[in-house]
Amino acid sequence: MSTRRLAEQFEDLAKQDHAARLAMWIFLASEILLFAALFALYTSYRAMYPDEFARAAAHNNLAIGTINTFILITSSATVALALWAVRGGLQRLAGWLLIFSIGCGLLFLVLKGVEYGQHFRAGIYPGAGYRSAELTGQGVVLFFTLYFLITGLHAFHVVVGLAVLCWMTAGSLRGRFGPDEHVRFELGTLYWHLVDIVWIFVWPLLYLLHR
Amino acid sequence: MTEQSRHREDIEAGDLFADVPPPPPPDYLRDGRGIRSWLLTTDHKRIALMFYAVIVAMLALGGIFALLLRTELLTPDQTIMTAPVYNRMFTLHGVTMVFLFMIPSIPATFGNFVLPIMLGAKDLAFPRLNLASFYVYLLGTGVTLAAMVWGGVDTGWTFYPPYSTSTESSVFPVVVGIFIVGVSSMMTAINFIVTTHTLRAKGMNWFRLPLFVWAMYATSVIILLATPVIGLSLGLVGADRLYHFGIFDARFGGDPVLFQHLFWFYSHPAVYIMILPAMGVISELVSTFSRKPPSSYDAIAMSSLGIAFVGFFGWGHHMFVAGMSELDAGIFGGLSMFVAIFSAIKVFTWTATLYRGRVAFNTPMLYFFWFLFLFTFGGMTGVAVATQSLDVHWHDTYFVVAHFHFIMVGGTITAFLGAAHYWFPKMFGRLYSERMGLLTSVSVFFGFLFTFVPQFLLGNAGMPRRYYSYPARFQWLNVVSTGGAYLLAGALLLTLINLLCALKWGRRAGPNPWGSHGYEWMTRAIPIKHNFETPPVITRGPYDYHLPEEMPHVDPQAR
Ligand code: HEM
Ligand SMILES: [Cu+2]
Repeated sequence: MSTRRLAEQFEDLAKQDHAARLAMWIFLASEILLFAALFALYTSYRAMYPDEFARAAAHNNLAIGTINTFILITSSATVALALWAVRGGLQRLAGWLLIFSIGCGLLFLVLKGVEYGQHFRAGIYPGAGYRSAELTGQGVVLFFTLYFLITGLHAFHVVVGLAVLCWMTAGSLRGRFGPDEHVRFELGTLYWHLVDIVWIFVWPLLYLLHR
Repeated sequence: MTEQSRHREDIEAGDLFADVPPPPPPDYLRDGRGIRSWLLTTDHKRIALMFYAVIVAMLALGGIFALLLRTELLTPDQTIMTAPVYNRMFTLHGVTMVFLFMIPSIPATFGNFVLPIMLGAKDLAFPRLNLASFYVYLLGTGVTLAAMVWGGVDTGWTFYPPYSTSTESSVFPVVVGIFIVGVSSMMTAINFIVTTHTLRAKGMNWFRLPLFVWAMYATSVIILLATPVIGLSLGLVGADRLYHFGIFDARFGGDPVLFQHLFWFYSHPAVYIMILPAMGVISELVSTFSRKPPSSYDAIAMSSLGIAFVGFFGWGHHMFVAGMSELDAGIFGGLSMFVAIFSAIKVFTWTATLYRGRVAFNTPMLYFFWFLFLFTFGGMTGVAVATQSLDVHWHDTYFVVAHFHFIMVGGTITAFLGAAHYWFPKMFGRLYSERMGLLTSVSVFFGFLFTFVPQFLLGNAGMPRRYYSYPARFQWLNVVSTGGAYLLAGALLLTLINLLCALKWGRRAGPNPWGSHGYEWMTRAIPIKHNFETPPVITRGPYDYHLPEEMPHVDPQAR
């Protein structure tokens, strides 16, 4: 017996869940478009300054970028496992899996901060603040401006995603979700996967495409 | 007519089909009293009315700015304001009209009100999101207006860099406000799409959807695809105020024209966000008042989707003089003209619907005719400016101003007014004065023509847009245009007064005063909170005028 409340405008719970999922997917698609605008700028400027973009990308710390990719993918996997656990009624397990994911997310942000620190020490700032003497050129400056804008917007989404994960963790540990009470949980996991998916595009653009 | 409808109301009120007549629930206007029951309502109809009030206020405000602009242009030199004030004034006008009035206008008011009823639903899928969208809109509107009035912005509604990133005026808060308003449109769009997918009544398949619903659906799709992109581009321009990123700044190797690409990638589709809802209204009007189904339902429904699709590939026609190769210009020009094909499909279908119809010449129908004429004219001038060789001459002149006002005022505002009269009885249960309605409608039309026809001539003669002074030889056309603007404003004011009077003194309307077969007319005269006493079951299409009117659209026994 489900304890969930059926909103009065829906016929049944199945429709209500379908509506919630559909809305979330549409919302996520629009979030992707937000990044798409930045990717479009990246593409245009890369076409204008191919060599300088390659030089600038080669300067980025590939190790940190790659480790961060693994961290995020791992966290996404544990979030997916948590959903599986909630569906199976293993709420405490779900809670612990989420805590692990939150740890991954925090580690990601710390590494990102370390990387930003390295850039700042090298005089690499976005736009008008750029003052590196070794790595020069207008295309280089544009690359790093876009680098900071894209990773900054992404990091903002990571922070929001972490807040969502915390809410889900609290809910799981208090037993608020369950085999037939998991739609909100599922929507939360989708948001975290968005953070992950966007990074999958950011990683090659900023770290790999310079060979 | 009224005799008949009163009879019908009696039947409904008597509830012939129930064994024990339950006390009829109050209508939505009386279901809950006090200011709190409005401000915290989740009823889509009440939210629609709150939007309606604010949006009409925005139209009035934008109109006042326009009158000030037109007054300044009465004489070749300074008349009432200096050049910097004039620059702020046209930005105030453009931003208010486009972002605060026109984009939310028809969807947030009439869409919110009739879409769930047309679907046979009790409400939108997410009523609280709907309420939130109203407050988000209020917030965004407040921020935008406050920043423009106190700070002042002089970039025009298009915010082109490098000027927008170097002017002293307060671009940042305005852009933030517009971003917030965009979030509100996206909330509405998600709600409409999900509602259309999940809350259709039993028996309502996709090809029984009223055409207005199709239009809302297509509009919502465009809103969702385009708004994030403009949000981000305007955000980048605004962020330059806090820290000079210089992403569009040539000093840092950036390309200001890229902003134009991103901006128009959104804003060209955005012009369809403004016109598609109007087309939806028009499809309803023509069918009801010709007492005929649209001559092709499929053509109208599918061409909306066609417009929504090709609308995304024409944006370059705004940049013909920004250093574009002839090849690109040809491609963008050609793709822009595709939109005209889909629009023409609609125009011909509406016109064909009149053929052999029993056409009623009342106020909403007059607005239909104005729409048909003005939209067609505006669309054809669009095709003309989509040709690079011609546009080099017309670009940034009053010709372009006249082009888009023909469509945005002549199309969208006339449809808005048509909808305001057409759905008035359903919204408030009363009838407006038809005589005043006809008078104001005719005045709107002539006021419009006097305002904007001279602007085509001015533009063609070479008068550029966005200047507060001009050579003396342009004066007489400018005076005509200003006179027309005052006539138009007076007519709009009278329209408002007519409708406000009808709220209090209008004759009571029956549930279906127009004898329409649309689903929204099968509710009680003023709908109850959840629209229907029993969930409706749809057994026929919304335009089945060959069936007798008495035959119910719904099967009341079915549950
Ligand atoms: C029928 C198809 C249409 C075509 C082919 C078309 C074409 C064009 C072209 C080529 C321009 C650029 C002129 C220039 O700046 O030199 C333009 C400007 C404009 N059009 Fe259209 N148009 C069409 C329909 C519409 C519709 C339906 C709307 C609005 C609801 C609209 C609103 C505008 C606006 C607002 C501008 C000027 C923007 C500005 O620079 O401030 N157009 N149109
Ligand atoms: Cu356009």
